[in-house]
Amino acid sequence: MAEIITPVLLLMLTFLIFSLAFWLYGINKSRPVISSLLHPLVTTPILVSAVLLLINIDYNDYRQANQPLFFLLGTATVALAIPLHQQFHHIRSLTKPLLLTLFFGASFAVITALSIAWVFGATPETLISVAPKSVTTPIALGIAEKINGEPGLTAGIVVFTGVIGAVLGPLLFRWLNISDDRIKGFVLGICAHGVGTARAFEVSGKCGAFSSLGLGLTGAITAMILPWIIIYLFK
Amino acid sequence: MLKGLFVLLLFQGIGEAVSHYSGLPIPGPVIGMILLFVYLQLSSRELSIGLGDAAHFMIRWLSLMFVPACVGFFFLTNIPTNQWLAVIGVIVLSTLVTMVITALLMKYLMAKPKPLTPEVEQ
Repeated sequence: MAEIITPVLLLMLTFLIFSLAFWLYGINKSRPVISSLLHPLVTTPILVSAVLLLINIDYNDYRQANQPLFFLLGTATVALAIPLHQQFHHIRSLTKPLLLTLFFGASFAVITALSIAWVFGATPETLISVAPKSVTTPIALGIAEKINGEPGLTAGIVVFTGVIGAVLGPLLFRWLNISDDRIKGFVLGICAHGVGTARAFEVSGKCGAFSSLGLGLTGAITAMILPWIIIYLFK
Repeated sequence: MLKGLFVLLLFQGIGEAVSHYSGLPIPGPVIGMILLFVYLQLSSRELSIGLGDAAHFMIRWLSLMFVPACVGFFFLTNIPTNQWLAVIGVIVLSTLVTMVITALLMKYLMAKPKPLTPEVEQ
């Protein structure tokens, strides 16, 4: 009996805690700093993990039960084509600044990750797993596999990067006095992939479209270039 | 909306197939997104309301779909204990540094009319 009911309960757990977190986020919307830190992407995973540890459930069982959400993540990724299509006239007029920002942004993400990891005394294995951190999870896993990184570690790092970027990004933009939704969106997409894009759509449709563009392009360019950098550095 | 969901699933399927058979390192949904985008750009017809609604619905709950993957971060067991500081440090610092540099660079590049704004140093 337990085998039948547990998966449903574990999927319900995600929805239940997410609704709770979403409500908590909503009632604090007027306070930017607090609401950023209370983003459902911060509170939900912490609360869900706490519950799993408390009732002694293995992460693999939870993951299995939540497979429908992993699948829908793919469907939602396809859906990003619609805002991209609707906002394309904004994007086309900015081809040159966007491509330059993309190229330098994607390179900086890898260079800063590798150099800071080195300063903190990371081993070569950790360095390799850390390198693709700004790329959307499925692409990062593919890259990690290609450069012999640790897939589990890479997945965790990528997700955590997204959350940090999505949570601190809006605060950073306020501090830097950046109010242009196109810049906010593109930077969130480059630095915080899908998680940043989810956050960008909360700002505006235009912000989300630029974020989708940044996410797609960063993934593609990093997938093509990073394996060569790694080979050059470690061989 | 149902028709819209069908179109999204269709392109997800095509993307998965292309990704699988081409051997490209790009995941199926990303290929599906690109193909759907190209299709919409080339098609002369107006975007159907159903597809717009379906996409809007999926994107509105994008955060929810990331939850199971995010939970995984707390169950990473394969990081050697002496590497935790490096991992956390890299994520927080490099993400912040990259965001600041990228945002300032883009602001500078987009401020074309007055090209002498000294906001960014490379």
